Amino acid sequence: MNPNLPNSFRTGPDERGHFGIFGGRFVAETLMPLILELEKAYADAKADPAFQAEMNGYLKTYVGRPSPLYFAERLTEHLGGAKIYFKREELNHTGSHKVNNVLGQIMVARRMGKKRIIAETGAGQHGVATATLCARFGLECVVYMGAVDVERQQPNVIRMEMLGAKVVPVQSGARTLKDAMNDALRDWVTNVHNTFYCIGTVAGPHPYPMMVRDFQSVIGDETRKQMQEAEGRLPDSLVACIGGGSNAMGLFHPFLDDPSVEIFGVEAAGHGLTQLHAASIAGGRPGVLHGNRTYLLMDEDGQIQDAHSISAGLDYPGIGPEHSWLHETGRVNYLSATDEEALAAFQLLTRLEGIPPALEPAHAIAKVMELAPKRPRDHLMVVNLSGRGDKDIPQITEILKGRKK
Amino acid sequence: MTTRIDARFAELAKQGRSAFVTFLMAGDPDPKTSLNILRALPKAGADIIEIGMPFTDPMADGPSIQAAGLRALKAGMTLKKTLEMVRGFRKDDNATPLVLMGYYNPIYIYGVDKFLNDAKTAGVDGLIIVDLPPEEDTELCIPAMKAGLNFIRLATPTTDDKRLPAVLANTSGFVYYVSITGITGSASADSTAVGEAVARIKRHTKLPVCVGFGIRTPDAARAIAENANGAVVGTALVDALRASLDSEGRATPKTVGAVADLVSALAQGVRGAKQAAE
Repeated sequence: MNPNLPNSFRTGPDERGHFGIFGGRFVAETLMPLILELEKAYADAKADPAFQAEMNGYLKTYVGRPSPLYFAERLTEHLGGAKIYFKREELNHTGSHKVNNVLGQIMVARRMGKKRIIAETGAGQHGVATATLCARFGLECVVYMGAVDVERQQPNVIRMEMLGAKVVPVQSGARTLKDAMNDALRDWVTNVHNTFYCIGTVAGPHPYPMMVRDFQSVIGDETRKQMQEAEGRLPDSLVACIGGGSNAMGLFHPFLDDPSVEIFGVEAAGHGLTQLHAASIAGGRPGVLHGNRTYLLMDEDGQIQDAHSISAGLDYPGIGPEHSWLHETGRVNYLSATDEEALAAFQLLTRLEGIPPALEPAHAIAKVMELAPKRPRDHLMVVNLSGRGDKDIPQITEILKGRKK
Repeated sequence: MTTRIDARFAELAKQGRSAFVTFLMAGDPDPKTSLNILRALPKAGADIIEIGMPFTDPMADGPSIQAAGLRALKAGMTLKKTLEMVRGFRKDDNATPLVLMGYYNPIYIYGVDKFLNDAKTAGVDGLIIVDLPPEEDTELCIPAMKAGLNFIRLATPTTDDKRLPAVLANTSGFVYYVSITGITGSASADSTAVGEAVARIKRHTKLPVCVGFGIRTPDAARAIAENANGAVVGTALVDALRASLDSEGRATPKTVGAVADLVSALAQGVRGAKQAAE
């Protein structure tokens, strides 16, 4: 036993927002009072039964929760090992798990009296969820999106605009998710008085990693209950993809103190770990960016490197700080899947189960294809199907067309 | 502890005027030109010099300073070379205070203790690290103070009276008041509001208060200098540098002069200020 292991993996962060050495509040002074105000507002909301009741009402009737836990019979047969279940987050309103967190943050923003919401987005799923809830609650919405992602995720851009959001294509840096987050932070520094920054993942300065995790933990809480109903026991393993890591954290967190449950996070290995990729744990080291200390891709001078993934939602050179801590404590195993493996998994799942996954969870499926055959037939494996593939069909069509030529 | 910064403010107080603080990005557009600009600044009228440490993701900076950092990185600038540049400057100038300004990650990766030691030895006087608020003082601020370097904190319009004592607690050298909420190079500062803010900060500290963000012209510099102990100009100088580059973004024979000329003009604005704030 590692003597440094905590008694519980579920008590973090500490009052200064640290998970071990990770996390923290590395922001400009202009933002610090806002972050402290948010921390207090969230603590008040969390303790208020009326807030929880209102949120649960919207989760049920607007988002469509609980999302089903589905036995993927044909994939299970095909792989010939573990019994595979999908947590169907792609069936939520707006098509991904992102809405769970956005609903929570928008309700906090309303309590704080903020009328203008900003967000960063990679694949566009968080942007769509934010634009949707802003439409629902009559709030102004500005979404920062890397210009490269605006190109490859057109369906989501169109959708955000129809919902009344302003989509700002970000031209700085690699013009992907990292740069969108920089510009969202710049907007927030400028418009401090009326603006709420709705961060889409379990990263950023405290309290965001904790708050987003709490809102996403509905995924794991439901899974626990549903698996109990389906099989009368806990699952044996969990698998989820990781960019910043919010869908993974939401599934994992309620199971962290169940030692019998093996947990796998899957990063994006892009063209491969020796080439361009987005696997911060496999290829990075601890550093400080976007308000927190965490594993980051960077050069020897501490300059942040551009990530690459076929999936816009995983194309980020960092990872949420709690994941960094779960990696260092060894509680979660972090693996990675390449662009090619994700594409193959997308095609397999679409044909076998009639469920086109988003390219993000296709990375998780790719590792399920390796892990499941090595496990016995009574092993219960849950994979988080965090988003639907509709948004990726134009991009995948282009790639496959290119290959036929 | 008396640093070059303390000595410079004492000297300016005797002269009865405010400081002119200038910014340049280390390595912009290339390390050699950048050192030449740095060497030209004191003569052109800079009293204190902030040297930007280039970073890929400067989240509090506007497009001009972002681009300057990227030009420097493209030209091969690193934190190690920034310290070399300071050593180069110190060969001929042992009086002008130098403050390194930037973001924490490159320092964290360099190693905090090694960085503080190397910076002190090179002749650095102070640090302004944008993404280290008082809540993270154990990271660098306290070790820097122990190493004999000033840790200069930013105070902003959102830093209220309740928070000011925490912001000022471990600050030394001077206080940098960011006159607007926003990124560098955006809106311009209103000198009346600035005067009130400086007075508010001065109720909490004896340190000099310098004001930056949004100062672009000699008149604006003068107006700020009348209300504070120093005026900081960054983006306007970076823009002048950029305008002097060739179409490939390389230095031209005009580059050093373009920056020095603007510094001279702005310095006259500061020196024309009626009365420095007390």
